[in-house]
Amino acid sequence: MTPLNVTIENVSRRGFLKGLLATGGLVVAAEFVPARGALAAYATGADKMPHGVRSDPHLFVSIAPDGTVTIVAIRSEMGTGSRTSLPMVVADELDADWSRVRVAQAPGDEEKYGNQDTDGSRSLRHHMQPMRQCGAAMRQMLETAAAQRWGVPVAEVQAQNHEVVHKPSGRKLGYGELAATASALPAPPLDQIKLKDPNAFRYIGKGNVQIVDLFDITTGRATYGFDAKLPGMLYAVVARPPVFGGKVRSFDADAAMKVPGVEKVVTIEGTPAPAKFQPLGGVAVIARNTWAALKGREALNPTWDDGPNVSHDSAAFKAQMEDTARRPGKVVRNDGDAEQALASAAKVVSAEYYIPHFAHASMEPPSATVRIADGKCEAWACVQSPGNTREELAKKLGLKEDDVTVHVTLLGGGFGRKSQCDFVLEAALLSKAMNGAPVKVIWTREDDLQHDYLHTVSAERIDAGLDRNGKVVAWRHRSVAPTIKSIFAADQLHEAPFELGMGFVDVPFDIPNLRCENGEAAAHTRIGWFRSVSNIPHGFAVQSFVAELAKATEHDPKEMLLALIGPPRIVDPRKSPEVADFWNYGDPFETYPIDTGRLRRVVELVAEKAEWGKKLPPRHGQGIAVHRSFLTYVATVVEAAVDEKGRLTVPRVDTAIDCGFAANPERIRSQIEGAAVMGMSLALYGEITFKKGRVEQSNFDGYRVLRIDESPPVTDVHIVPNAIDVPSSGVGEPGLPPFAPALCNAIFAATGKRIRRLPIGDQLAA
Amino acid sequence: MVKLQVNGQTQSFDGDPSMPLLWYLRDELGLTGTKYGCGAALCGACTVHVDGEAARACITAVSDVDGRSVITIEGLDPQGNHPVQKAWRALNVPQCGYCQAGQIMQAAALLASNKNPSEDEINSAMSGNICRCGCYQRITAAIKAAATGA
Repeated sequence: MTPLNVTIENVSRRGFLKGLLATGGLVVAAEFVPARGALAAYATGADKMPHGVRSDPHLFVSIAPDGTVTIVAIRSEMGTGSRTSLPMVVADELDADWSRVRVAQAPGDEEKYGNQDTDGSRSLRHHMQPMRQCGAAMRQMLETAAAQRWGVPVAEVQAQNHEVVHKPSGRKLGYGELAATASALPAPPLDQIKLKDPNAFRYIGKGNVQIVDLFDITTGRATYGFDAKLPGMLYAVVARPPVFGGKVRSFDADAAMKVPGVEKVVTIEGTPAPAKFQPLGGVAVIARNTWAALKGREALNPTWDDGPNVSHDSAAFKAQMEDTARRPGKVVRNDGDAEQALASAAKVVSAEYYIPHFAHASMEPPSATVRIADGKCEAWACVQSPGNTREELAKKLGLKEDDVTVHVTLLGGGFGRKSQCDFVLEAALLSKAMNGAPVKVIWTREDDLQHDYLHTVSAERIDAGLDRNGKVVAWRHRSVAPTIKSIFAADQLHEAPFELGMGFVDVPFDIPNLRCENGEAAAHTRIGWFRSVSNIPHGFAVQSFVAELAKATEHDPKEMLLALIGPPRIVDPRKSPEVADFWNYGDPFETYPIDTGRLRRVVELVAEKAEWGKKLPPRHGQGIAVHRSFLTYVATVVEAAVDEKGRLTVPRVDTAIDCGFAANPERIRSQIEGAAVMGMSLALYGEITFKKGRVEQSNFDGYRVLRIDESPPVTDVHIVPNAIDVPSSGVGEPGLPPFAPALCNAIFAATGKRIRRLPIGDQLAA
Repeated sequence: MVKLQVNGQTQSFDGDPSMPLLWYLRDELGLTGTKYGCGAALCGACTVHVDGEAARACITAVSDVDGRSVITIEGLDPQGNHPVQKAWRALNVPQCGYCQAGQIMQAAALLASNKNPSEDEINSAMSGNICRCGCYQRITAAIKAAATGA
């Protein structure tokens, strides 16, 4: 039986008119009949997310008497365009004129809106169908209202471009004129919703809708977490323990208080491990402006009890992880008998790779403002998870969730960091310490880089056995990396299923003896989700190693890649021995199988577009890599040039993406272009290191990110065309994993030097 | 007492003269279009114009701009239709948008002094402005479009 994809919820209308959609034209009837049924063409994991998914137009759409349509965006905007794309889908099905559509940002309220976590490249993927249903339902309600008004059969009326037309008579009523009546109608049951013929789409799949914040962004009016302004607002910065798990021993509050403008110095309790999303603790300085708070913090002169992590040292930890990867680990996939096949192979090829910690370094560091008055808390914050933030705020302050409002600002980048609400909780504790006065906490760049929830650090080792003909008959991949689970529970030494499923146990190769092992690694800092997560280290190792095998067998790297992928088929890791709780990004495997035909197609497409194998100038080379992540297939060809001094440039990048039906091709292109830049940033420079438990980098000088003069001048994106019935899959993250291996493979082609340790840094220096 | 022009209006400030212009604009004047990104002139998110030249507000003390004229993103064009702003919109440059005010102010300063910059000149002028989303390719295209009026 197909699981129900979407259930239209019969939600309470109480308080609704006072809320977001109070545009004056809405009159809501008292009774709504719950409508249930399966309309969705395919099942997704949306309904399995906490609080599920909603599609009731009463929640998402309101129409004012002047015809202005307001559509609620429930996902946070951090640059992917989901705040625009989801309402765009509604508007198209509604047959609204986009120029008369406004978007309102939902506060954190998952009981009402369903899951709001903006992560996992899920927003469009999980909302394509519900948002179509939502818009179509509202369109039908408008048609019904018009038919009632005219006293004609509903079959004679049709919504088109913001009005309903009575076809026989040519009479018309604008959406604004019908709004009150239409909104009072119940939503049609799912089995009576008529979705548009895709040929009639005006916005979906077109790429002609610009992001709703474009004008505000270009004029400085767009409001991010950093930009919250409230009457009487105070500003705070926090001195946090430099070593994870440390505690403050002493500080000079008097010196801080002497700085003009400083109002109060407040100690924030640390959180015993596991860290969860709780504040790190430390000493806060609250002041009348940011500058005073910063100067006050400088005067604090704190000393710390560092705790056991003071011995954490990245160089030593690297050696330890590499050693672990040289020994057997926990078996997490075991097809055939890789050990025996390796032992009897004509040739064994082995390589070890190292991928360091990355900091997210979103251009806007974390910032949140909280006010507490009359037993109610309001927060303004750049969070990817407003529902969870609300829950955590309620717990922290001992309030009911109904008394906590989380206003979601724009996010100046997120990349996973802003899924954790520790910084909002800091603001809440400080507002409480100021008797509820509004307090804005800002994180400086130094705070951001030194107290991040870092991307894990990883040692990867692959051993492959070749037979006499050079065919790969054995593959043993060992991955060693601290797990994100370590922020939730003690003694977590192995990667979780959701990490193992990211390009490791799901490796789609046609090799009879295939074994994956996961060695132990303890976390000594907060590990979190970073755009693409474990796909980065796994993909780097696997796709670099493919090119190494090509070299070892004197094959063309693209042909080697296709040979390993094998014929078009469905690869189902659930059928492989030792694979437990296989993670398919939380979505049904039947909807989103691992399809090597699609994997091959992006390889072929990118090779064609990049003119794979073309004649290049001396010291130039092409590299190729492909990776499926977030249910999307991405292949990248990088052209690299390395001059005599070892200076690297990337003249051209081509990327092919198959993300199912492409709902908003323009934003898909921008995400993939950006992934190439971030990918090159990470490959070239990205590394956070620890010495004596302390992060060694503090700003963009020590933690470099790519600049415009180093950036590839040409990044072409090739989108595989798909019909609407090919389920839309992730876009925000999948562009990243293939970039670094494609780049390092290109460097090898250009120079013969193989990069196995990221970042590349000065490894190319002559 | 520091006196300065901000977006054409005279302002006076009798607070800490060492306060960076960035925090003065944001906290005292409420002009939050100018962004914090690093506090150390490493990222360009806080770029404003001081007497027509691009400057990093995060390392410019209020006292440094005594008697001078500061233009922020809010004051670049009364309708928000400076050629650079229009080009940014025409080419859908932003992703998250946070760095874009600084990018636009830097690009506007470049075009004010060089009406038709080469790609190298664009790279050189813009290399102090970081975009973590990676919009560089479109930034270059938008500056070229703004220069040619395309």
